[in-house]
Amino acid sequence: MNSMYTDIRIRKVKNVAMHLLMVILTLIAVTPLISIVGYIAIKGYRVINWEFLTSLPAPPTMDGGGIGPAIVGTVKLVGLASLMGIPTGILTAIYLNEYGKSGAFASSVRFVIDVLIGTPSIVVGIAAFLFVVRPMGHFSLFAGSVALAIMIAPIVARATEEILRLVPDTLREASYALGVPKWRTIVSVVIPYATKGIVTGLMLGVARIAGETAPLIMTAFGSQFWNKSIFEPTSSLPKLIYSYSTTPYQNWIDKAWGAALVLIFMVLMLNIIARVLTRGKYSRLG
Amino acid sequence: MAKDMLVQDLKAWYGTQQILKNINLKIEKNSVTAIIGPSGCGKSTFIRCLNRMHEVTPGARVEGKVWFDGINLYDPDVDPVQIRKRVGMVFQKPNPFPTMSIFENVAAGLRLNGFKDKKRIPEIVERSLRMAALWDEVKDRLHESGMSLSGGQQQRLCIARSLAVEPEILLMDEPASALDPIATGHIEELIVELKDKVTIAIVTHNMQQAARIADYTAFFLHGELVEYNQTEKIFTSPDDKRTEDYLSGRFG
Repeated sequence: MNSMYTDIRIRKVKNVAMHLLMVILTLIAVTPLISIVGYIAIKGYRVINWEFLTSLPAPPTMDGGGIGPAIVGTVKLVGLASLMGIPTGILTAIYLNEYGKSGAFASSVRFVIDVLIGTPSIVVGIAAFLFVVRPMGHFSLFAGSVALAIMIAPIVARATEEILRLVPDTLREASYALGVPKWRTIVSVVIPYATKGIVTGLMLGVARIAGETAPLIMTAFGSQFWNKSIFEPTSSLPKLIYSYSTTPYQNWIDKAWGAALVLIFMVLMLNIIARVLTRGKYSRLG
Repeated sequence: MAKDMLVQDLKAWYGTQQILKNINLKIEKNSVTAIIGPSGCGKSTFIRCLNRMHEVTPGARVEGKVWFDGINLYDPDVDPVQIRKRVGMVFQKPNPFPTMSIFENVAAGLRLNGFKDKKRIPEIVERSLRMAALWDEVKDRLHESGMSLSGGQQQRLCIARSLAVEPEILLMDEPASALDPIATGHIEELIVELKDKVTIAIVTHNMQQAARIADYTAFFLHGELVEYNQTEKIFTSPDDKRTEDYLSGRFG
């Protein structure tokens, strides 16, 4: 009888201790995140006004000017990269999970995807430089989006495949049993079930490439003006933050903080919009 | 229109393991045929061979012939997708499409197959739900999720979904094993009513269920068909000693 009491007392103490440990570790994990976002907000909000968001950049020691071309450049770069990379990634995932399965080809593709995810972004930039910038003869927004597409496609493919694997086979069988062809089952049964999870993967990918600097230095390069064509160089937020923050000019450094805040805000808004759009009644995963 | 089905020398494998050995059996039209036997005897595999669902599992393989409406299902020129429109299936665990409403679930077989006459869909959905004895319970909530129904209702929804594409044969893989006795009773009544319109083959581990609803019963053991006959005959005077032992509860 006695030993049973001490047992439960020890277990309760252990339970509380482990619980506390987890809470503390969670706090440690989120502290950098909160402090980074908080610090950027504090340092950045002062420079943000309409002119800052919409104007061409001003020379270092002059007042006024803004980051308009960089915002538009980032939107175009990420948009074009998503247009190329997301469908590629999703179709790859569908192939791997629904058709290739554990075959030799699918397994090699999976391995290549993992390698690509782990490739340093500067290397992707060099590749885009060699295969797009050199043949075209000049830096361009297009080359930048190719580099970013190469980065987002494997992230999307991996995340989507993981989600598709969670879709129960009983649903696929239910659809086959009605005489529904496989492709239609994927489109109308499997994908709708997995939409939320897939969108989460997309958002991770978009957030990741929106902040990439290294590949853009070698591809989209940078510009002081509005981008008029995807075949011309363009300014972008990460590149502008990098350039401005490494100068000795205080007003440029302040603008870099402002630009960082804008970038974080854009990614956050995109996330919220995607969440709202996919809040579908019955979607299950994610 | 209900049809019969003739199974000839059917063999099935998972990888290198042979699950079914030379099955010969006729499923009579407008009747209920029960497939009984202990776990692992191949009874589920057997009915999965009758609409070419067995081969959906990686590594699964089938040999033999299954005659249906003058064609052999395993003829190389036969498209399994077309077969599954005519030979429907209801699974052990109710599996309504979670992303679809009750209405959409029943309409799924039509819509996903590109059914042209869209105006007729509501009428077919209502008729199918009535046939599945579910209409009165769901008619005011057709646009709620199929997952909002109870387990027994979900299974009847799945039956309605199968009926909407007007199969000639309906295969049921232990359709009541995940349900409580009352829901099971509903499903059993339904099966008996449905046989006027569609031939039914039902796998069950519940011998009393087979005795209650089946016209014919096939007893499977270790991948072999031990005995097949009218249900009454099987349950009262089986020819094979093993059938008698199983039915009297000596094993399984």
